[in-house]
Amino acid sequence: MSRAEVAAVPAAFVPVAGDLRRRRRWALWSAYFFLGLFCFFFLAPPIYMLVTSLKTSQEIAALEGSPWLIREPTLANYTALLGSPTFLNFFKNSFMVAIIVVSVTMVISTLAAFSLARMRFLGSTALATGVFLTYLIPETLLFIPMFQIFTWLRDVTGIEFINRWWILCIVYPTLTVPFCTWILIGYFSSIPKELDEAAIVDGASTMQILFKVFLPVALPGLIAATIFAFTVSWAQFLYPLAFTTSIDQLVLPVGIVTNLIKGDVFNWGQIMAGALLTAAPPVLIYAFLMDYYIAGLTAGATKG
Amino acid sequence: MAQAAMGGAYGERVVARGGSLARRRAWIAFFLCLPLILLVLALVIYPAFYSLHLATLNKSMTRFVGLANFTFLFKRETFWMVVEQSVIFAVSAVIFKALIGFVLAHLVHRLPDKGQRKWRGMLLVPWVIPPAMSTLVWWWMYEPSYSALNWLLESVGLEAVPWLGDPYWARFSVILVNVWYGAPFFMIMYLAALKSVPAELYEAADIDGANAFQKLIYVTLPMLRNIIAITVLFSLIVTFANFDIVRILTAGGPRDMTHVFATWAFKLGIESNDIPLGACVSLFMFPILGGAAIFILRDVHRRSRELAGVAG
Repeated sequence: MSRAEVAAVPAAFVPVAGDLRRRRRWALWSAYFFLGLFCFFFLAPPIYMLVTSLKTSQEIAALEGSPWLIREPTLANYTALLGSPTFLNFFKNSFMVAIIVVSVTMVISTLAAFSLARMRFLGSTALATGVFLTYLIPETLLFIPMFQIFTWLRDVTGIEFINRWWILCIVYPTLTVPFCTWILIGYFSSIPKELDEAAIVDGASTMQILFKVFLPVALPGLIAATIFAFTVSWAQFLYPLAFTTSIDQLVLPVGIVTNLIKGDVFNWGQIMAGALLTAAPPVLIYAFLMDYYIAGLTAGATKG
Repeated sequence: MAQAAMGGAYGERVVARGGSLARRRAWIAFFLCLPLILLVLALVIYPAFYSLHLATLNKSMTRFVGLANFTFLFKRETFWMVVEQSVIFAVSAVIFKALIGFVLAHLVHRLPDKGQRKWRGMLLVPWVIPPAMSTLVWWWMYEPSYSALNWLLESVGLEAVPWLGDPYWARFSVILVNVWYGAPFFMIMYLAALKSVPAELYEAADIDGANAFQKLIYVTLPMLRNIIAITVLFSLIVTFANFDIVRILTAGGPRDMTHVFATWAFKLGIESNDIPLGACVSLFMFPILGGAAIFILRDVHRRSRELAGVAG
């Protein structure tokens, strides 16, 4: 029960048209009021991020007047970051990891979801449930044994795994594949069986059914899964913090947290500019593909 | 599971065409799943069991010490503080996220359809920003000498708050950031669920003279029971295992009071190079995971039975 509702509804129910209309209008205005309050709470941090990123260090240090206002707007923080090879390298690493992880995830998940949604083999039901459970195992449980496994692999094979950016391409699919498979199973199962039966009658092979029938029809699901895989690999913080340390191997989130903050010198303007540039790709995707984003978000829980 | 039931019908049709063809199809199906199976076995199941093994070794990982790591942890005061803080953090954050999400979903649901998209779009922004980055800006807003939050408090005549300096305020601060980040997710889930409640139910309640509170208790809550249970369980797991927020805001301080299992395991295992002890700490996240998994599985099974009943 929202507080607005309590305020808006009188105790006695009087079914009079005028009263009803007034009550409805009241309820609407109170809803707008409380939504405005929550919007302030939710949007103040990103707005403050933007405000700080447009200030000079002198203005930030001056402590005069409201910290929420800008007196001498400057783009110096952005030009400094975009002109710095270190920062651009963080960007490059992040993009490489995200692209590779998304590709790998989509191949593995599509094949598995197609099989689990339509075909059957010994243990396939258990596997579908198992996929869902793996999605619940958090990375905070796995990073220590993984660290040890990669150290051991180095001793055996002679290849350095720890402190290489591409190790993240091996590790991230554990976060993306289970959920993507799960939502794709949902989308594939909702495709009418008549469609693949018609394709079989026309002589299509299993792979042709997948590529010519399932992928085009389940395109919204594929987009939702791609968005999910991208945002997860873009935002992941624990694995890169644990597995990479050299400055040229870092991805954006860790690069900004560990490198722009040096000792006691905090260049807050630049830190906020970096944070904003890092947040930009997922926020832009969200702004343009909001419906797919939300579909992916809700599919996970409502279907399971 | 619904999918499996459908797959079954498909399989039987194929069996009718001949045993060898069915067997061939089963092999194709298995090979399509093989990459997934290998990934899960090598990078999820194996590490999970390996951490059980790691937890029984000494610091240099040369000797089996049995449960010595666990008894060592039980004797440390910090460990019990971490247990306490993990529970406080997860439980209170999830309660507030669910409550705020529920209220917001109702507010948005009441708006005219045209305006809903815009509000929903704005309210989901905290969920979209990478948490490590939004935690940075929260840290900056908490910063003692420049705190933008304290400026707001002082401008309305309240006293400045030592957000991260005082251990108890620091506990509050990390929970606040988690609630800020997670509440939009609950809103989206409950909003989707509210939209699927048939309008006839509310009309019938109106005719029976139910007031808004009665409609909430007797119509909305029973209809949303499942989704509330699932989102709370999910969120409990994710919040319990949270790392980014505490790591960036306080790194466990002041006086180790804000450490949760994940950050403490990181500190012991990676930073202090005591991998067995770190593995040991992270293993304590297993019980809650197991418990939640049982609940979720039961729900999934029950729902697939219901679905099968409807279909048959």
